[in-house]
Amino acid sequence: MTIWLDADSRILVQGMTGSEGTKHTRRMVASGAQIVAGVTPGKGGQEVDGIPVFGDVREAVVATGANVSVVFVPPRFAQAAVEEAVDAEIPLCVVITEGIPVHDTAKFFQYAQNAGTTRIIGPNCPGIISPGQSNAGIIPADITGPGPIGLVSKSGTLTYQMMYELNDIGFSTAVGIGGDPIIGTTHIDCLAAFEADPATEAIVMIGEIGGDAEERAAAFIAENVTKPVVGYVAGFTAPEGKTMGHAGAIVSGSAGTAAAKKDALEAVGVKVGQTPSETARLMRALLRG
Amino acid sequence: MDLYEYQAKTLFDAHEVPVTAGEVCVTPDAAHEVARKIGGPVVVKAQVKTGGRGKAGGVKLADTPEDAQARATDILGMDIKGHTVHRVLVTEATDIAEEYYVSFLLDRANRAFLAMASVEGGVEIEEVAATRPEALALVRVDAIDGVDVAKARDIVDQAGFPANIRDEVTNVLVRLWDVLVKEDATLVEVNPLVLTTDGRVLALDGKVTLDDNAHYRHASHADLVDREGTDPIELRAKELELNYVKLDGEVGVVGNGAGLVMSTLDVVAYAGEPFGGIRPANFLDIGGGASAEIMANGLDIVLNDPDVYAVFVNVFGGITACDAVANGIVQAVEMLAAKGEPITKPIVCRIDGNNAEEGRQILTDFGHPLVEMVETMDDAARRVAELAAAGRDGSAS
Repeated sequence: MTIWLDADSRILVQGMTGSEGTKHTRRMVASGAQIVAGVTPGKGGQEVDGIPVFGDVREAVVATGANVSVVFVPPRFAQAAVEEAVDAEIPLCVVITEGIPVHDTAKFFQYAQNAGTTRIIGPNCPGIISPGQSNAGIIPADITGPGPIGLVSKSGTLTYQMMYELNDIGFSTAVGIGGDPIIGTTHIDCLAAFEADPATEAIVMIGEIGGDAEERAAAFIAENVTKPVVGYVAGFTAPEGKTMGHAGAIVSGSAGTAAAKKDALEAVGVKVGQTPSETARLMRALLRG
Repeated sequence: MDLYEYQAKTLFDAHEVPVTAGEVCVTPDAAHEVARKIGGPVVVKAQVKTGGRGKAGGVKLADTPEDAQARATDILGMDIKGHTVHRVLVTEATDIAEEYYVSFLLDRANRAFLAMASVEGGVEIEEVAATRPEALALVRVDAIDGVDVAKARDIVDQAGFPANIRDEVTNVLVRLWDVLVKEDATLVEVNPLVLTTDGRVLALDGKVTLDDNAHYRHASHADLVDREGTDPIELRAKELELNYVKLDGEVGVVGNGAGLVMSTLDVVAYAGEPFGGIRPANFLDIGGGASAEIMANGLDIVLNDPDVYAVFVNVFGGITACDAVANGIVQAVEMLAAKGEPITKPIVCRIDGNNAEEGRQILTDFGHPLVEMVETMDDAARRVAELAAAGRDGSAS
């Protein structure tokens, strides 16, 4: 089993006719994902590589039975695109778009909360992959195959790095939750889902500076997670008050530091690696030991 | 982007949050002129993006224009916690009866906004929160519903503002929310909000943080960028649309993906400890599918930093496979040579991921004496720290 995404997932791509949308649609198709539709307002009736394009999400859902949306539209159209997916009651909406104003994200997140029909992953994230089953987003599918590890990460390339380091063991599902200040799916949501997933035996959790999501995840682990968790936190050398690439990666005063996150995780028994490679070694030892 | 007090107050004024009259000045003569126009006592306030400027002597009362000029002479050029004062705000002095605190900010944990209000203002609000949490009202604000008069009243009541100024403070909150939403801010803070002895409610100080992601819909925000206060290399990187932050070490870092680059900085700092505290000189994320040209721009920026003695290129080939990344590095080095700026500092490359073998072969075949390849991130960090230490110690002797 996996979490949220499996071989039966029927994916539609919002913004499929754009250059990024088309490129990554082809990559998803090549990795074996079922891409059933594209959506671009005003371009209904077209096709991309034989995949039908619809003018709106509801129409696409009715025609194809899509149950996952991947959003590639530019930042200025992202709020409307996500709200359209929510209106169509798509259960999972993965927002890849980087650079969305946080007021827009706060609104579409609240909109989805009010509707209660849609889980949002992202924005500013690489998406979600269940190796060997399906792939919704831009995570390279050829790094690793299926296996017992669940992964949740704020960072795209650290996700790829960790999957690569442990590619002989494999992953049930890897979720890139994104590096923005407001994200739809949190470390805690993923930890809870992995805890409930029989195919996941151990969890890697990758965090970074900014906010207190890792500290709250640590508290959640102490109360709710029985499976072993290995952690990694990036940004020990980040100076106060500087945004480090991700909009949410900022140490404000004494809040959001990597050291505080590492301490919180270690305090609840999570082994935290000093480097990505060491983190992978910890996971390997744990599964083999 | 954090704003200066005078910039924050300009935005407040534009959205009808009541502020005192005043103007920003870069010379003592200008301070004289502004004080004369205001008439009566003024306050001369250092404009720096750090707290504690009053204690540092950066805020002075002046009774006359001559006095304002003299105070501006003292304050301009001052160093406050490492920030040089380039501007002063000259503003009407007020007789303060009471000091309060109000703010709106993004609440990451609750994925909404948060109103904070207290009748105990004028001091560090973190201190109030820590020592007397009951004196600070925290009210969740829904991103869709926002703050209307009824919501503002609720905040005012929860904070316990006196009945005689309830309407004025409600008005300030509604307008302050307007600043947050219409300017795409993630923080608007007024500390202190004051009641004057003549019964006015005014924002005496202001702090605003704008969302960089929203700049595309605010053409006027480009004028708020603080060029003097920004590192010159950061400014140049920004012009090249590179995601760069200057740090204080010796190893230039170029990588793909914010998380991987942050991680690289940490790994360099650990590896640099035995070499006399070698540390990263910068954060530079060239993005997931970076081209040779972006790689060349990135290397150019980092190699031109005089603090840098060695460079670590750390790329995971995911979307862009390693052979393409390696070709990008080769082309970047050749592009710099063609520009008449051949590389003079060692570059340690670690490329891993898809087609790693092919990528490494390309760099081996390139055979440039200053370009080295190391297989793992940890080993590459040790090697680049060693090279940077040798460069630093060589230049010192």
